Amino acid sequence: MKILLNNKQEEFEGIDEMNITQLLQLKNFTFKMLVVRINNKGIPKELYEKSTIKDGDEVLVLHLISGG
Amino acid sequence: MKFEEIKNILSTKTVGIAGAGGLGSNCAVSLTRIGIGKLIIADFDVITESNLNRQYFFHDQIGLKKVNALKENLLRINPHIEVVPIDEKLNSQSIAFNFGECDVIVEAFDGAEMKKMIIEAVNDFFPEIPLVSAMGMAGYGDSNNMKVVKFDNLYVCGDMVNEVTETMPPIAPRVCIAANMQANVVLRILLNQY
Repeated sequence: MKILLNNKQEEFEGIDEMNITQLLQLKNFTFKMLVVRINNKGIPKELYEKSTIKDGDEVLVLHLISGG
Repeated sequence: MKFEEIKNILSTKTVGIAGAGGLGSNCAVSLTRIGIGKLIIADFDVITESNLNRQYFFHDQIGLKKVNALKENLLRINPHIEVVPIDEKLNSQSIAFNFGECDVIVEAFDGAEMKKMIIEAVNDFFPEIPLVSAMGMAGYGDSNNMKVVKFDNLYVCGDMVNEVTETMPPIAPRVCIAANMQANVVLRILLNQY
């Protein structure tokens, strides 16, 4: 499947759908403080496993960085 | 567009600024200079000497509430705008209560947890209002790494990498770059340049 991850095209061969937890593992995103959205809908941490990403979805995984 | 026309448009606009520290105070100064009609600025904190390495306050304002001192400084620059200070620590409910009338909201917190809170709150309560955030401006790294990234109605300014640590302090040059990148994103949104 192909998705738009953080504004970039990503292709996952042989995978039809996955949840957020699987995406974070696949991409090796180990940060703790994240904002996650699928098609601009915010996904709270407790719903990462239940939230399915499908072909064509737009996904945002934003790592929050302190400072200001 | 001539600056007079730009000013006429901006004088009708309202911008919310969540935080009056390094990002918020400096962003507010630029938005004041270009004549945004109304700024709603929230912060609960008091000015300390350590703030003066980057925040738009003066030594004789140490001990004052940031929102009140900032209002005074902004009106000294441009008395024709309205500044609404909100002296409280924001949470998602108070963001919903205070920022609903804004054309754009600026995230100007220092902590990652608060940044997460406001990004989620604005998306929940006001998905139609653009939110301009800043991420990654600590230290004195290359200015050319600073950029603006847009995800739907969320704009993120900064290098997206450099976190504040003991050896990577938040200091004026890059914090002010990020704050003014935020101000320029606000300006571009208000002038329909996105």
